Amino acid sequence: MIQAFRERRSLRIFGLMGPGAFWLIVFFLIPLLIMAVISFMSRDQFGFPAPPLTLENYHDVIKDIRFNPSISFESGLNIRLFDGLYLELFWRSVWLSLVSTLITLLIAFPVALFMSRLSRRYRNLALFLVMIPFWTNFLVRTYALQFMLRGNGPINTALRALGLEPIDLLFTPTAVMIGLVYGNLPFMILPLYTSLEKFDWTMIEAAHDLGADTLRAFQRVMLPLISPGLVAGSILTFVPAIGSYITVELMGGGRTNMIGYTIAQQFSASVNWPFGSALALLMMIIVTVAAVLYFRTGRGDQRAVL
Amino acid sequence: MASDSTVVLLGERSEIKPRPRGEAQRLSPGRFALVTITLFTFAFLYVPIVVLIVFSFNSARTGATWQSFTLQWYERVFNNPRILEAAANSLIVATLSTFGAVVIGTLMAMAMERYRFRGQSAWDGLLYMPVIVPEIVMGISLLIFFAAANISRGLLTLVISHIAFCMPFVYLTMRARLADFDRSLEEAAQDLGADEWVTFRRITLPLLMPGIISSALLAFTLSLDDFVISFFVTGVGSQTLPVYIWGQIRRGITPEINAISALMLVLSIVLVIVAQLIQRRQRA
Repeated sequence: MIQAFRERRSLRIFGLMGPGAFWLIVFFLIPLLIMAVISFMSRDQFGFPAPPLTLENYHDVIKDIRFNPSISFESGLNIRLFDGLYLELFWRSVWLSLVSTLITLLIAFPVALFMSRLSRRYRNLALFLVMIPFWTNFLVRTYALQFMLRGNGPINTALRALGLEPIDLLFTPTAVMIGLVYGNLPFMILPLYTSLEKFDWTMIEAAHDLGADTLRAFQRVMLPLISPGLVAGSILTFVPAIGSYITVELMGGGRTNMIGYTIAQQFSASVNWPFGSALALLMMIIVTVAAVLYFRTGRGDQRAVL
Repeated sequence: MASDSTVVLLGERSEIKPRPRGEAQRLSPGRFALVTITLFTFAFLYVPIVVLIVFSFNSARTGATWQSFTLQWYERVFNNPRILEAAANSLIVATLSTFGAVVIGTLMAMAMERYRFRGQSAWDGLLYMPVIVPEIVMGISLLIFFAAANISRGLLTLVISHIAFCMPFVYLTMRARLADFDRSLEEAAQDLGADEWVTFRRITLPLLMPGIISSALLAFTLSLDDFVISFFVTGVGSQTLPVYIWGQIRRGITPEINAISALMLVLSIVLVIVAQLIQRRQRA
């Protein structure tokens, strides 16, 4: 009797989990594993993977790294200890993604805070206004931004009409940064808003009554409670930023190279699948480490957010 | 906790609590700053979109000087067989992959929420992974996989891939809904003599319907919007709309793109309104 019950139960779990498990394993996990294997393969004359196994793809990433301390003042203060093409690529990608995530957060937080304090009617309106870009095609939105910033685009046409100097912003690192912030803002505002909306403001009052100043009340009371939204928003911003392809191409014209873009090129313009796989695997490691570190800085239970 | 996190992740709304009045109404310097930042942010988000829509009605072929109002770019869009084919492909892929993702994602959410079994936490982690793996990595790994498995790229590979990246989002949404599910209703039905199938069809499914519809809307939008993964798994003659748009943008400026973009924007506004209406009806 109990045996039969157990059997039926496991059969049911199997039936419910089966299709999804199959899909996840076959069309998500196995492709990633194949990619990992290919990153240790040589390439044939067309750039496709071929035996034998090799470490060369990884060696290609690090082989030109030299100890070469330098200071330059191009676009701010640059202090570098090491030189190397791919080292620089990874560093630039991580840096641009981190800074864009931070800027996005600094803009999104006051917006989400303001939205959460609106009266119900206006709150629904504001939410609606955030939902539209959230649900709108990312490519279309980035294209719209590129259209704005073009040499003969609306901004420069207006500037010229006013007798002002046109701005030549497109295809610069700044344009990429603007594109990343523009593209990811809704993905930061919405999770933050969801956390803030649930926040009980009387707790801040209670903290004040207990002698905490505003900063301390924010740090000790508000921050832990809104951190699920903070973590979700940051991840939803950082991960697409470091892997970004559309923004790098449309806003940077491919000139401000980032890691996701370089990986894509190994599979389209210049065919080198094994090297592209190696870069992709390294990027995944970076993203995973970043995500884990980010969760760790919060409290333990925040791991549940993602 | 799972329900809480999904709500945050997907930006879904929880019950709105009444807020103490007074404090928020004063126009203090802090509040003034918040208002200003918010207005600027919304302007930043909307100006490019609105400008693009306005210029989709501009007769000038290039540049941003306004010439005269025209509908010719829209006419061209609707008379361009390649655009129509790409749009049809997008809709076919989105419909099929939404159906697939909703079915297998919901089943998985039911198993994970209602049973405890060995290896469960590993599955939970695996289901979160597609969210933190960059799209580009998923795109190229699927490209490699289809090449290795000798599956020629086309609508089939698009649907397979779209189900793979939509399913975790369906799972997360449905898991949150199932966590709030009142199981005593099912027990009551069974006490009244309904067998399991009848209980599922008459009680469980109708109660889950709002969640199923909103996760379907989410999957549909994700599929329609996707460019990066589609770009790598699409084949000749099976371009989706974003892949077509990408090709056109890279080839140079065509005002038709402005018109398509404006149309896609209208579509997403409609989807948002539908989603909001569903949520409102659910609360009522």
